[in-house]
Amino acid sequence: MKGLKGSNFQQYLRATIFFMVVCGLLYPLSVTALGGILFPFQAGGSLVKDRAGQIVGSRIIAQGFGTLRYFHPRPSAALSPDGSGPQPYDGAFSSPSNLGPANPAYIKSVTEAARAYREENGLPALTPVPVDAVTASGSGLDPDISLANALLQAPRVASARQVNPERVLALIEKTRVGPQFGLLGPPRVNVLELNLALDALTPGR
Amino acid sequence: MLEYDWIQILVSLGLILLLAPLVGRYLAWVYQSPSLWLERGIYRLLAVDPDRELTWKEYGKVLLLSNAFFFAAGFLVLWGQALLPGNPRHLPSLSPEVAFNTAASFVTNTNWQAYAGEAQLSNLSQMLAITFLMFVGANTGMAALVAVIRGFTRTGLSTLGNFWSDFIRFFLRAFLPACFLLALIHVWQGTPQTLRSAVSAKTLEGPSQTLVVGPVASLETVKNLGTNGGGFYNANGAHPYENPTPLTNTLEFLEMGLFTFSLPFFFGRMTGRPRQGLALFVVILVLYGTGLGVVEYSEKMQNPLLAPAALSQKATALQDGGNMEGKETRLGITQTSLFSNTSLAATTGAVDAAMDSMNPLAVLVYLVHMFLNEEPGGKGVGFAGLLKEAVLAVFLAGLMVGRTPEFLGKKIESREIKLAALSLLVTPILVLCLTALSVLLPAGKSSIDNPGPHGFMEVLYAFASGNANNGSAMAGLNVSTPYYAILIGIEMLLGRFLPLLPLLALAGSLARKKRLPETAGTFRTDTPIFVVLLLGFMGLVAALTFFPPLILGPLLEHLSLLHGISF
Repeated sequence: MKGLKGSNFQQYLRATIFFMVVCGLLYPLSVTALGGILFPFQAGGSLVKDRAGQIVGSRIIAQGFGTLRYFHPRPSAALSPDGSGPQPYDGAFSSPSNLGPANPAYIKSVTEAARAYREENGLPALTPVPVDAVTASGSGLDPDISLANALLQAPRVASARQVNPERVLALIEKTRVGPQFGLLGPPRVNVLELNLALDALTPGR
Repeated sequence: MLEYDWIQILVSLGLILLLAPLVGRYLAWVYQSPSLWLERGIYRLLAVDPDRELTWKEYGKVLLLSNAFFFAAGFLVLWGQALLPGNPRHLPSLSPEVAFNTAASFVTNTNWQAYAGEAQLSNLSQMLAITFLMFVGANTGMAALVAVIRGFTRTGLSTLGNFWSDFIRFFLRAFLPACFLLALIHVWQGTPQTLRSAVSAKTLEGPSQTLVVGPVASLETVKNLGTNGGGFYNANGAHPYENPTPLTNTLEFLEMGLFTFSLPFFFGRMTGRPRQGLALFVVILVLYGTGLGVVEYSEKMQNPLLAPAALSQKATALQDGGNMEGKETRLGITQTSLFSNTSLAATTGAVDAAMDSMNPLAVLVYLVHMFLNEEPGGKGVGFAGLLKEAVLAVFLAGLMVGRTPEFLGKKIESREIKLAALSLLVTPILVLCLTALSVLLPAGKSSIDNPGPHGFMEVLYAFASGNANNGSAMAGLNVSTPYYAILIGIEMLLGRFLPLLPLLALAGSLARKKRLPETAGTFRTDTPIFVVLLLGFMGLVAALTFFPPLILGPLLEHLSLLHGISF
C-alpha cells in the first residue's frame, strides 16, 4: 500500500469538499428555496399570529395552559435550554420523561397527576382518567389530546367561561382531526386550535 | 386491538411488500447500466477512474481513508462551530469529546447523539456536518454491500469493483433524488425548512415560548432513507416538527424500510438468482414481523402498577390505550410500534417515542434486533451481515450431512468460515464486555437514571446501539459524560469497520473461486428448508450469546411488572 501521498491525498480532499458542498449546502438550500415557495406557512414552522401580527405559537407545537378557561395539553417533560432542569412546553429542549414503566417515581407522578386532574375537573374519585392526560409525551411538545381527554375537560372550561357546555362540545367536534385520510393515526384534538376557537367564541376576555 | 390498528399495519406493510421488489430491481439497474454523463462529469471533477478495479484490500483501504476524511471534516465543523458563520444564536462549539463522538457516530451511520440538536447545534452544523455525514455514511454502507455481493457474482477474479463508482451511482440515482422529493412532502405536512433559527412566541396565557426551527425537512429524509436516525431535535421523530402527522410517520417508516427491504431483491437480481433473494427476504420478514407483533402487544399492555391511579388505559373510539408515557397522541401505539420496530430492525435508530419508557418486552425486541443487526439491518452493511450468516448456516448444514458446503455455487472452505466467524464475534465481545465494564465502574454507574433491571437495560442498550450502529437510546442514561462519549465513540468505529473488513476479505476470497456446477447432491439454499435452517442458526447463536443479559434486563422487569413489583 502506498499510503497517503501526493495525488492520493488530494483526491480524498476533493471528494470530501465535493460531498460537503453538495450534501451540506446545495441540497438543504434548494429544499429551503423550493419548500419556502410551495409551502411558506409550514416551512416557517406553522406559526400562528394574532390580529396584531404577534406570533402566539406554532399550530403544531404544544404550549402551556394552566388556567381553568383553557383546555390543557398533556404533561410535558421538556427541559430548559441548557438541559439542567425542567421547563415544560418550551421548544428549546424537547424531551420525554425517560422514566421506566416500573420506576416508583413514574408511578408516583402519574398517580399524583390523575388525582390533580380529577380535582381540577370536578370529577368524582376513581373516575377513570384517560391515560394520555397524565402521561408525559415523547417530545414534551405534543400539541394534541385524545377526544376522551377533551370531553372530560369541557364542562370545566364551559363553566369558567360561563358558556353553554353544548357550544364547547360543538367546538371539540368541529376541531377534531384524524384518522388522516380515514386510515392513519388516532382521532384527536389540537389544543391550541381548540383554545383559539374558544377565544373567538367569547371575545374580549 | 381496534379495527384501525389492523388497517394501519396492513397499509404500512402492504406498501413495503409492494415497493421493495420494485426498488430492488431499480437498484440493480443502478449498478448494472453504463455511467450517466453527470456521473462521468463528477468522476472527472474528483479525478477518479471509475473503471479501475480494486482488490478487496484496495477497496477496504479507499473505504477507510475516505471515511477518515469525512470524519475529520465533520469533526472540524462541530468543534469549530463557534468560529463559523450560520450561528445566529451564538451557540458554543461542542466539546472535543462530544465532537469526536458525534463525528464518529454519523460517519459510521450510527447517529448516536450525545448532544441535543436544537439546544447545541447551529443550522450550519446541522447541514454541513450532520446532513453531510448522514449522506456519506449511508453511501459507504451501500458501496460495501455491492462489493460483497460481487464476491458471489464473480468467478476467477481478484477484484470487487470500484469504490467511488459504487458510491456515486447510488448517491446520484437513488439517494439524493429520493431525499429531495420526500423532503418537500415533509414540508407540506408541517416540517420546517428555513434558515431562521429561533422564534419567540407570546403564548395565549402570556409567557413567552422559544420555537426552534431550521433546515429540518432536508435532514429528516436523509435521516430515514439512509437509515441514519439522528434527529434535528432531541426528541427525534417524536417532535411534532420532525414528524408532524400520521402521514409523515408512515412516510418515515417507508423511508427506513424502502432501501433496506429491497436489498434481498437487489441481491437476487445481481446474482441472477431471484429465488435466493426471495428466500432471504422471507427470513427478514419472519424476524421483522415477529418483532412487530411483540412490540404492539407489549405497548398495548396495561400497566398493573398504575392500578391505584385509576386510569382508563384501554383503547376506545375516543382515545388510544396502553403505554402512552413517552408517546405522542397523533401517532398512538400502532404508528409508534410500526416506526420503532422498523427503526430498530433496519438499524436506523430514529425514534418517535421514548425508548426508555417502553414496556420491557418491546425493549427485548429492540435489543434482539440490534444483536442480530441484519433483518434487514442498516444501509447495506446489515444485509451483508445476513449473507455472512447464510454462509455459516450452509457450513453447519454441510457438517451435518458430511459434504463440503457450497453457497451459490461457491465452495465454502476454512478461510471463508474463519472470516465469517471473525466478523460474527465482534458484536458479543464489544457489547458484553463494555456493558460489564460499565456496570462495575463508578464512571459507568453514575450515569444510570432508572433503578433496578431498567437501569441495567439502559447500559446494555447503549452498547448494543453503538455496536450495531443503530443510534437509538434509552435516553435516561446520561451519555454526554467523557466516559460514555469516548467509549461509545470508539465502539461505534470498531462496530462498523471491524466486521466489515472480514466481510470484504470473504468476498475477495469468494470472487476468486470458480463456480461449481449444480448437481442432485447440492444443498439448495433457496428453499423453505434453508429458510428454517437459517432462522434456527441465527436464533441459536443469538440465544447462546445473549440470553444472560436479556434475562437480567427485560425479562426480569417484565415478570416483576406482571406481579406488580417495582424497584
